[in-house]
Amino acid sequence: MTSQAAPPESPAAPIPEPKRRKLPAGTLYRGREGMWSWVLHRITGTAIFFFLLVHILDTALIRISPEAYDAVIGTYKTPIMGLGEVALVAAVGLHALNGLRIIFIDLFSWGPRAQKAMFWIVVVLWILLLVGFVPRHLMVVFGGH
Amino acid sequence: MSTQNIAAPRSPYLSHRKRNRFNIEKWGWIYMRVSGFLLVFLIFGHLFYNLIFPGKVSILDWAFVAGKFSDPLWMWWDGAMLWLALIHGANGMRTLVNDYAHGRFRSVLLWALGITTVVLLVLGTLVLTTFDPCLGPTDNAELIAICAAQ
Ligand code: HEM
Ligand code: HEM
Repeated sequence: MTSQAAPPESPAAPIPEPKRRKLPAGTLYRGREGMWSWVLHRITGTAIFFFLLVHILDTALIRISPEAYDAVIGTYKTPIMGLGEVALVAAVGLHALNGLRIIFIDLFSWGPRAQKAMFWIVVVLWILLLVGFVPRHLMVVFGGH
Repeated sequence: MSTQNIAAPRSPYLSHRKRNRFNIEKWGWIYMRVSGFLLVFLIFGHLFYNLIFPGKVSILDWAFVAGKFSDPLWMWWDGAMLWLALIHGANGMRTLVNDYAHGRFRSVLLWALGITTVVLLVLGTLVLTTFDPCLGPTDNAELIAICAAQ
């Protein structure tokens, strides 16, 4: 005769379900500041790139004729484009500030340790930049200043 | 038997470094950081001058640009911004293509990216170097005299 314990599958002794976590255990990166700053850096970089392609073409009109250039730059003054410019400046601001954060992380020995703090500094500086830019720009676009 | 042709155990594997001295990933990495740092000043300067002071979006027109380009500083500024930003952006997009596209689709995208970048670099540089301030109206007396003489 063997003295074996009941097999784990036995309905009499159910094994507790492991707790479901939203995040994988012990991650330092996924779902945290490091990941979101990377996602935002990619999205803003791509958006600025496509703007720049168009922007070089619209600026090229200065070589063709003043009328053609004025007609196209005139579209920059419409309300919808005015909001687009807010989005563009927001994207450039975030990409530039976070780009400096990346450079500091790579360049300085204290960088990697401070990456999380620097992310929040980037967010604060970015908000200050927008507070300085957006009201004035919207006044120009919508208020005819 | 001699062992002098056998590398010491655990010596680093160096053959790939010897074969191509120019490592494009390394120089790309350095370029992204150097150009990014310079672009902070160039782009913020561009945006401030054109959107806040003395410019603002409602007064941008051909004459505004012609006035700017009467000072060669702004031509150099725009030229530096053009080359640094476009190559930075294109190299960044190369990273994204390599991350997300595979096989034939990847090579098509890389070629399209490369061709677009070269064409726009040439176009933008030609626009800056051949800009003709006599194309349009101006209230700059000196410029009116020069243009009338042509
Ligand atoms: C809404 C925002 C923007 C406005 C209103 C604007 C306006 C202008 C204007 C009026 C010019 C003509 C020349 C000059 O003023 O220097 C110009 C040229 C240029 N801009 Fe912008 N710009 C904006 C954003 C940007 C951004 C974000 C970048 C960089 C990614 C950029 C890069 C350039 C370059 C490279 C040129 C020269 C193009 C060439 O050589 O053909 N601009 N821009
Ligand atoms: C304003 C100053 C800027 C700074 C400080 C900056 C900085 C950086 C840095 C440090 C990187 C990371 C490179 C790496 O991971 O190896 C990067 C990536 C990138 N940048 Fe910029 N950049 C700037 C402007 C721009 C502009 C104007 C464009 C578009 C024309 C652009 C497009 C990109 C793209 C597409 C990437 C790739 C993103 C990725 O690999 O996830 N950046 N930038």
